[in-house]
Amino acid sequence: MTSNLPDPMIPTPFVVHRVKRETSDTYTLDLKGPEAAANFAFAPGQFNMLYAFGAGEAPISISGDPARPETLVHTVRDVGNVTRAICRLKKGERLGVRGPFGAPWPVAQLAGQDVLIIAGGLGLAPLRPALYHLLNHREEYGNVEVIYGARTPKDLLYPKELERWRGRFDLRVHITVDASEGDWRGSVGVVTKIIARARFDPPSTAALVCGPGVMMRFTVQELMSRGLKPEQIYVSMERNMKCGVGLCGHCQWGPFFVCKDGPVFRYDRVRDWFERREV
Amino acid sequence: MDTMEPILAAHPFFKDLAPRYLKLVCECASREQFAPGQMLCRDEEEARKFYVIYHGQVAVEIYRARRGPVTIQTLGDGEALGWLWWQQPYHWHLDARALQLTRVISLDVQCLLTKCDQDHDFGYELMKRYAHHLAVQFRVTKLQLADMYG
Repeated sequence: MTSNLPDPMIPTPFVVHRVKRETSDTYTLDLKGPEAAANFAFAPGQFNMLYAFGAGEAPISISGDPARPETLVHTVRDVGNVTRAICRLKKGERLGVRGPFGAPWPVAQLAGQDVLIIAGGLGLAPLRPALYHLLNHREEYGNVEVIYGARTPKDLLYPKELERWRGRFDLRVHITVDASEGDWRGSVGVVTKIIARARFDPPSTAALVCGPGVMMRFTVQELMSRGLKPEQIYVSMERNMKCGVGLCGHCQWGPFFVCKDGPVFRYDRVRDWFERREV
Repeated sequence: MDTMEPILAAHPFFKDLAPRYLKLVCECASREQFAPGQMLCRDEEEARKFYVIYHGQVAVEIYRARRGPVTIQTLGDGEALGWLWWQQPYHWHLDARALQLTRVISLDVQCLLTKCDQDHDFGYELMKRYAHHLAVQFRVTKLQLADMYG
């Protein structure tokens, strides 16, 4: 999908409509565009370059509902100068947007299959649009299972939405944390362990995986040990995207530009590069 | 005792165990039930039982002074609790608390060890399963230590 905006290299100013604190260092921003970009069409898994004026640009996955393009939603973790500037924006302030960029989750192709959505930490943000799509077209898919792991209960993104999803009869949600104190009544253990609880028919299943590299590596191994083939697994990679259109080479990963060929890759295409330490 | 055999046979740890060995396991087995909040074991207590969980959820905890218990793992249907009884002295190193109504088959450790000594083929079969479980646990622990979401 090509950019919605006039020139992919020129940021369009968007206004911060709402800021919601998700965790101690992660915020979700709802943005409204100018009239020309009021309906910001995107596909699940794509990202935008967000420009905090005076600080710089950062690639951030779109985490909103693709069926509601009037609001552009991003979940941002404060991990550096640019993301800190984005997280500190207040309602009514502006930031620049370029995008959407990148290859999306192939949700339309997965019709008729069981779908596993496996997220670790902030990885739920780029997967949320895919889940919205599946839920908006629920009758087209088989069993849908969400498996989500985080460090502690306080680090879980979208807790109210997770609760709502858990209450649905057409979706199974498995949540686990690495450690907990206090009144957490859910699972404690790594996300790979929870995969055993998911119900799916391996030959007719696709898995969409996003999270830290270590988590994805072990998740892929676990999925394959449970009968999924590499071509049934999709991963979203994170690299230092800069131009967003495959020109600058900042995000080169072996023969791929993550901004243009990814960030979503079918695992069999990137398998040889997935665990290489030099790239 | 008869009703425990199908439960054990369906449990991942004992899956595909030869019927004659399953009978030996059943001779050391009894059913137990734990109410929510009830402790299955406490740190430093003598470890006399090995719990095969077939219903419910159990929190495995470490107690820290000032901060209280920290849950490091939860166990549920198809999992087991109590692996250190192969290692003398047989003492628990963790607390385990039922988070909900939990049903287990508890195996008498001394009884199992005696049967393993009497029948080394049986002992070897159990040891293979024990080693596999330890390898899985080891892998999970490494992932937890890696703090992947950090």
